[in-house]
Amino acid sequence: MREVVIAGIGQIPVGEHWDLSLRNISARAVQAAKKDSGWLIPEAVYIGNLIASMASHQANLGAMVTDNTFMEGVESYTVEAGEASSAAAFRLAYLAVASGWVDIAMALGMEKYTDLAGDSMDEPTKLVMDYDYESYIGQTLTSQAGLLMQRYLYENPKAERMAFGAFPLIGHNNAVNNPNALFRKAIRPEVYAKAGMISSPMNMFDIAPYGDGAAALILTTPEIASKVDHPLVRVIGSDVAIDTLALHDRPDPLAFRAAGVSLENACSQAGILPSDVDLFELHDAFSVYGVLSLEAAGFAPRGEGWKLGMGDKLTLKGDLPINTMGGLKARGYPLGATGAYQLVEAVLQLRGEAGENQIPDARLALVQSLGGPASTAVTHVLERMPG
Amino acid sequence: MEVPRHWRLKKQRYALVGEVCPHCSSKIFPPRDVCPYCGGEAKTQFSFSGRGQVYSFTQMTNVPTGYEQSAPYTMALVQLEEGPVVTAQLTDLGEQHVEIGMPVEMVTRKIRTDMDDRGIIIYGYKFRPVMQA
Repeated sequence: MREVVIAGIGQIPVGEHWDLSLRNISARAVQAAKKDSGWLIPEAVYIGNLIASMASHQANLGAMVTDNTFMEGVESYTVEAGEASSAAAFRLAYLAVASGWVDIAMALGMEKYTDLAGDSMDEPTKLVMDYDYESYIGQTLTSQAGLLMQRYLYENPKAERMAFGAFPLIGHNNAVNNPNALFRKAIRPEVYAKAGMISSPMNMFDIAPYGDGAAALILTTPEIASKVDHPLVRVIGSDVAIDTLALHDRPDPLAFRAAGVSLENACSQAGILPSDVDLFELHDAFSVYGVLSLEAAGFAPRGEGWKLGMGDKLTLKGDLPINTMGGLKARGYPLGATGAYQLVEAVLQLRGEAGENQIPDARLALVQSLGGPASTAVTHVLERMPG
Repeated sequence: MEVPRHWRLKKQRYALVGEVCPHCSSKIFPPRDVCPYCGGEAKTQFSFSGRGQVYSFTQMTNVPTGYEQSAPYTMALVQLEEGPVVTAQLTDLGEQHVEIGMPVEMVTRKIRTDMDDRGIIIYGYKFRPVMQA
């Protein structure tokens, strides 16, 4: 396997882009990533997308994107892994370069959530659940998380309800300085405490908001990227793990096994311990997922992950900063495009280009994306290259 | 309309018909023909009793399109007495306070209408608190 570096990144703000199509948003991210790489020409484009075939009535995205961005004839197709789709597309791009199959590959995440309007908007998100035995029953991704949080509070009666607020509070705080974030406004703990219940015991701030988005990364070898005029970031760990599709089929639903396994494998490949990293971009689709992900990663013993949210530990000043540019909660949650955003943000940190939110001397980053309630988990370890 | 799907699932929706593994005796719901515990082929039908207890629950304020008629409703994970856990709505709660461990039993109820008001009415399982004699 060859060494693989990230030579270019591009993103558009997550938002409600009523005036832009799937074509428009993907073209902007693709062009931005190409420009950032010094106009490297990808030989393969792997696209992470979840809902286009339902929300935008558009499949065959490989042909659409390459045709629309002057890359005709390039290998390209969609990778679908629920909301972890573009993290999985990134892994495929990594494997394509590492194996020597191509020298330059692009991973593109894109999602047009607002192509549907009104009541049917959340319909496509149900695709990631078990249709016959969850969606059809009236379950949603939000109620799945509500069930997990209720069970968590039952199994861990000492857990403080307000501790879960750390995830939205940190996210909103960090998004203030992210020009690509959906919500650039900090929230106060009192506001979190008083927010209306959506799926008990979860309130509206425990739930990340969906939005449109597109982000892209160009991967290549260090040799090809040697002329790029910014620091390079290496991919040193990549893994995907799978759990049951339906939440009810798990012997221990609070374990987030796939999240734990993929993270352990990615760290082992990188030759690091999770505690070695300078930041952790985790999948806070719901506050409780933040807690369960931290426990699965081994940052806290089982049932004690909520305690990590009590002090400054997870903030930009702490020793385990999470979701440094806002996370899903405040940067926004563009479904299958989310993983590409997380990776782009980690690259900004490792290059020293994160502005006001820069983690001093950040060298190692963990990035994890989940599909469903960690039915699919994709984890990457990124490292700033010396020099 | 998804007539073939509704027809195909009628035994599960109306009678909780799953499977029992002939190799390790595990009870399986929903049926999957391959035992999730030992990997053996498991095609022997088994009807679940419909009795169980609440493993977790959440009251949903925002419900998906097509389910407004029941809103707000309580979604639950119900652990059947034979072992498997199913996702189901709780019903007939009245003023009953729901808690984890509460005994419940399966009933057949309207789940939703397919398409619009003129579409087919889809029935299926929900769970209610066990009736006291």
